[in-house]
Amino acid sequence: MTQEHRKEKKYGMVIDLDKCTGCGACMVACMAENNVPFKKDETDKLKSITWIRVYKLTNGKPYPNEEICYLPRPCMHCEGHNGHSPCVTVCPAIATDYDRETGIVSQIPTRCFGCRYCMGACPYHARYFNWWDPVWPEGMEKSLSPNVSVRMRGVVEKCTFCFHRYQLASEKAALDGRRELKEEEYQTSCTQACPAGAITFGDLLNKEHAVYHLKKDHRAFRLLERLGTNPKVYYLSSREWVRRSGDNYHPDEKTGEIISHH
Amino acid sequence: MSIVDEKAKEVDAADSPAESHCATSVDDGNGIAGLTILFFIVGFTASLFVGWIVFPKLLYSEKQQPIDFNHAMHMELVDNGCESCHFFRTDGTYSGVPKLAQCIDCHQEVQGDSEHEAVFVEEYVSKGREVPWLIYSRQPDCVFFSHAAHVQLAKMDCVTCHGHIGESTSLKPYEYNRITGYSRDIWGKELKNYLGLKTNTYDRMKMNDCAYCHLEETGRKSSVSTEKDGCFVCHK
Repeated sequence: MTQEHRKEKKYGMVIDLDKCTGCGACMVACMAENNVPFKKDETDKLKSITWIRVYKLTNGKPYPNEEICYLPRPCMHCEGHNGHSPCVTVCPAIATDYDRETGIVSQIPTRCFGCRYCMGACPYHARYFNWWDPVWPEGMEKSLSPNVSVRMRGVVEKCTFCFHRYQLASEKAALDGRRELKEEEYQTSCTQACPAGAITFGDLLNKEHAVYHLKKDHRAFRLLERLGTNPKVYYLSSREWVRRSGDNYHPDEKTGEIISHH
Repeated sequence: MSIVDEKAKEVDAADSPAESHCATSVDDGNGIAGLTILFFIVGFTASLFVGWIVFPKLLYSEKQQPIDFNHAMHMELVDNGCESCHFFRTDGTYSGVPKLAQCIDCHQEVQGDSEHEAVFVEEYVSKGREVPWLIYSRQPDCVFFSHAAHVQLAKMDCVTCHGHIGESTSLKPYEYNRITGYSRDIWGKELKNYLGLKTNTYDRMKMNDCAYCHLEETGRKSSVSTEKDGCFVCHK
C-alpha cells in the first residue's frame, strides 16, 4: 500500500480591489456555505461571526477628494516561516494546524477548548469566537450543509478556504484514479459568488493557475507583510493610498519593496 | 512509706504497662499495614472492575436492527462482491447502506421462509418505507471519510476496516454510547481496546487508529504541529 505523495500546493487568493464594489456577496455566500451562525440582533459587530469580512477604507481626505476602497478579508492562511503561522504556534490544543501539503490553516472546532490565544495572535482579526450556541430560525436547520460541521458555544472558528470543497473534489478525482485537482475543480464559495470577478483562487505554486501570475502583478500587496506572517492572500490595487494602507508605514517610508516569500 | 515512694511506685507501675503497650502496638501496626494493603488491593480491583466492566456496561445501550440480514447468503448470490450493493456514486461519494430501491429488484415478493424476509417485504417493501438500519461504523459529524481515496487509490480491502462482516449470517446488536450516541464499534468492544491494544485492524476506529495507519502507510507528515498527516485530511 505504498502511496505516491501528492504534489505540494499552496492554495491562495488574489483579490482585485479595483474590481470590488463592496456588495458583500462574498460574505453572504460564505455564511451560507459554511453554516456560519448568526443572532437575532447583529448590531454588535464585535460579536458577529464573518469568516470573510468586507472593510471600508478611506484615504482620509475631506470631500471632494475623499476616496473609498472596499477590502474583503478572509483568513490569510499565513505560512509564516516554515508553516509556523501566528495562530498555529500559540494553540495549546493543536486545534489549528498548518498543512504543508495544501498550505491551508485548519481549524478543528471539536478539538478547540476556547482559550482564544489564536484570536489574540492573529493580526488580521480573522478568527471568531462562538459566544453562544447557534440557533437557526425554524426550518433553516434543514438547509445546513452536511459537509461542514456546525460549531458549538465556546469554540473559535474561521475561514477554511472552503476546505470541504477540496475534500469532495479530491474524492471525485479519486474515483477516476486521480490525485491532483484541476484549477476549476476546487474553488471557494466567495470566489464563485463575487459578481465582479474580483476574487481569484488557486494554487500559488502552479503555473497553470491564474493566481500564480496575478500575485506577481505590479499592483500586488499583502496585509501587514512586514510582520513576517507570510500570508497567502494577495490584494491588487492601482491606487497608492490603498497599497499603503495595507501596512503601518512611517510617513517617510515608501510602500512596496517587500521581499516576497513565495 | 513516703509520698515520694508511692509516686515512684506509681511511675514504675505506669512504666511497665507502657512497655507492654508499646510491644503490642508494634504487632498491631503490622496487622494494620497488612489490612491497609489488603483493602488497597480489594479497592483497586473493585475500582478496575467498575471502571472497565461495570461502567462500560452502563455506558453502552443495546438496540436490535429493525430486521436481520444474512451477508454470507447474499455474497453467494451476487457477482461483484461487496460492491454489488455498497457502491460508489458518480460524484465519488459512497452509497453506504443500500436503499430500498436496490433491494426491490429481487425482493418484490417474499423469497424463502425466513421470518425476517416476510417482515421486510410486508413492512418496508410493500409500504415503500426505507429500513432504518443502524450503522455500526458511523463516525461523528466532524469527520470526513472518503471511501474512494481508500478503495480506489490506496487499494484497501473492505475487511481492513469493516472486518469479516461479509461472512456473517446475522447482524449483531447495535451498541451505542448513552452520552454521545456514537456506535461502540468506534471505541472497540474488548477490554484490551480500552488499554490501547488491538489484534485486528478493524477492532476499533478512533482518531488515533486512522492517524496511525496514515502515518505507517502513507508516511505523510504534512501537519506542522503533529508531524503526522494533516488534520483537514479527515476533519471537516
